[in-house]
Amino acid sequence: MNDNIPNFPSCYKVSSKPHKFCPGCGHPIVLKMLGQVIDEMKISNKVIFMVDIGCSLLAWDFFDLPTTQTHHGRTVPTAVGFKMADPEKIVIAYLGDGGAYAIGLQHTLTTCLRNNPITTIVVNNTLYAMTGGQLAPTTVDQEITTTTPGGKKEFTTLKGPELLKNIARPEAYLARGSTDKALVLKQYLRKALETQMKNNYSLVEALSVCPTNWQTNAQKTIERIQNMEKIFKTGEF
Amino acid sequence: MGNQILAQAAKDAGAKMMFGYPITPSTEILETWAKFCLKDKSLKILQTEDEMAAGFGTIGACLAGIPAFTATAGPGNILMQDAIVMAEALRIPMVGLIIQRGGMSTSTVIYSQEEVRLTCFGGNSEGFRIVYSTANLQELYDYTLKAFQMAWKYRWPTFVLADGYQGKMVGEVETSLQKSPMTNLKPILTKGVNLRNCYNLEEEIAEKITNYNDEYQKVRGEIEEYEEYQTQDAKVILMAHGIVAAATHMAVDKLRKKGLSVGLFRPITLRPFPTQAAINVLAKAKKIIVLESALGQLAELFKAELFGLNTTLIEVNKPALGFTPEEIAKTVLKLKK
Repeated sequence: MNDNIPNFPSCYKVSSKPHKFCPGCGHPIVLKMLGQVIDEMKISNKVIFMVDIGCSLLAWDFFDLPTTQTHHGRTVPTAVGFKMADPEKIVIAYLGDGGAYAIGLQHTLTTCLRNNPITTIVVNNTLYAMTGGQLAPTTVDQEITTTTPGGKKEFTTLKGPELLKNIARPEAYLARGSTDKALVLKQYLRKALETQMKNNYSLVEALSVCPTNWQTNAQKTIERIQNMEKIFKTGEF
Repeated sequence: MGNQILAQAAKDAGAKMMFGYPITPSTEILETWAKFCLKDKSLKILQTEDEMAAGFGTIGACLAGIPAFTATAGPGNILMQDAIVMAEALRIPMVGLIIQRGGMSTSTVIYSQEEVRLTCFGGNSEGFRIVYSTANLQELYDYTLKAFQMAWKYRWPTFVLADGYQGKMVGEVETSLQKSPMTNLKPILTKGVNLRNCYNLEEEIAEKITNYNDEYQKVRGEIEEYEEYQTQDAKVILMAHGIVAAATHMAVDKLRKKGLSVGLFRPITLRPFPTQAAINVLAKAKKIIVLESALGQLAELFKAELFGLNTTLIEVNKPALGFTPEEIAKTVLKLKK
């Protein structure tokens, strides 16, 4: 029986499992990769984890790590404040595309511009999932959301790492991975934390899935994220 | 200058970091702190992209156990409420120096007492805060020292509420040689700590708010401060806060010289309001006259607290305008009849 229990990262908080995300959600894949990286780098005594509002808030007790929720879009400045106060810590701001690219975009931009040594992880599922699937800056052309029922066509799609590339210092680290290729994503997360440990800014966007709001079965979910990978180029920037 | 005194007081209190966004009439606090940081490498500053980042940056530093503060005014105070309600919910000892400018909207960059309601009760919360309203330069210094002590002792966000007149006023103050250090100063976000401000059920958050209120009510007597002047035999009690109270204090002297039995009751903490002290003083009066540079924001505070007091109450409201002692004396003479 015990052989069937998967090997969770040791920084997981066992008492909060099963986790609070919907079945099929991409968040637990990102968090598992992050947990493995934290284990492998042996930095669990140094990591401070901060989560935004939106589905990311469900990770408030995911890890056995010092963790706090913040307000929508305000995880990044809270992380910056903590890092300034305790530079020895490795501070991670974990948020969705709404938090990072809409309501908190000014913080994402400015933190990159200032090269604040924190790591921002953005989970991009192209919509506002917690509130039921509304238009996000990342919503792709023709995508139907609850606030674009006729399909989105008003403006272009925001691409975070591409935007930040223009203002990031050469020492900063920007990457986009996908939950569809979790082990590649894991490498990006590791490099992002290593970048912070060298006192530079890092951001990793993770393309993710939301079968609940996408209203997709397993097959369609995989097709859709693979299509997203054509629109949002994965790799290091 | 008042704003420089505030920055000096924050430094003397033991603050190590300031997060801020420039806004008149508070900007010299940020500029003075920037100069301090040049000389003293143990101090840090971040000029943020907006007041929300300033508020949340302050919270981040406090979570790491470092005393930090911000300063703002007017529209910045509005944006700051985003962070302040989280500080209330998570019991973060952030300190804010609020230099009131004119309201409403962008308004003037000069003066008013229009940010009382906002500073005491802004946001989707119940006002679990400590708010000191200062009346002169010495008090800017003394209550800033105290704000840091109280914030960390009780873990409620704490504010020094001044105004553009006090911020720009020039004068000397006595700095304290015997600084009482902050107590309870330690990191908040540590191993084993998972903090949340989002709840699933009405019952959960109802219990949280009720517990917070019980704690707040239990300690409010230790926090409340007020000044009473010539109230012993006073038939008419003037009530004012902040710089208007300073003018009223002088007006009382003028009126006493004319033989009027007039006194001043001045709440120094607007949150928690010194209710019991106010009842003791006001119950003996025949008439209460409230003077403020707003449309009844102070009066509203204590009317809510003193429900049932059977005394005539007159409000003298001058939104965004200051008071001179002479004018107060003249007004009181007229209203006394």
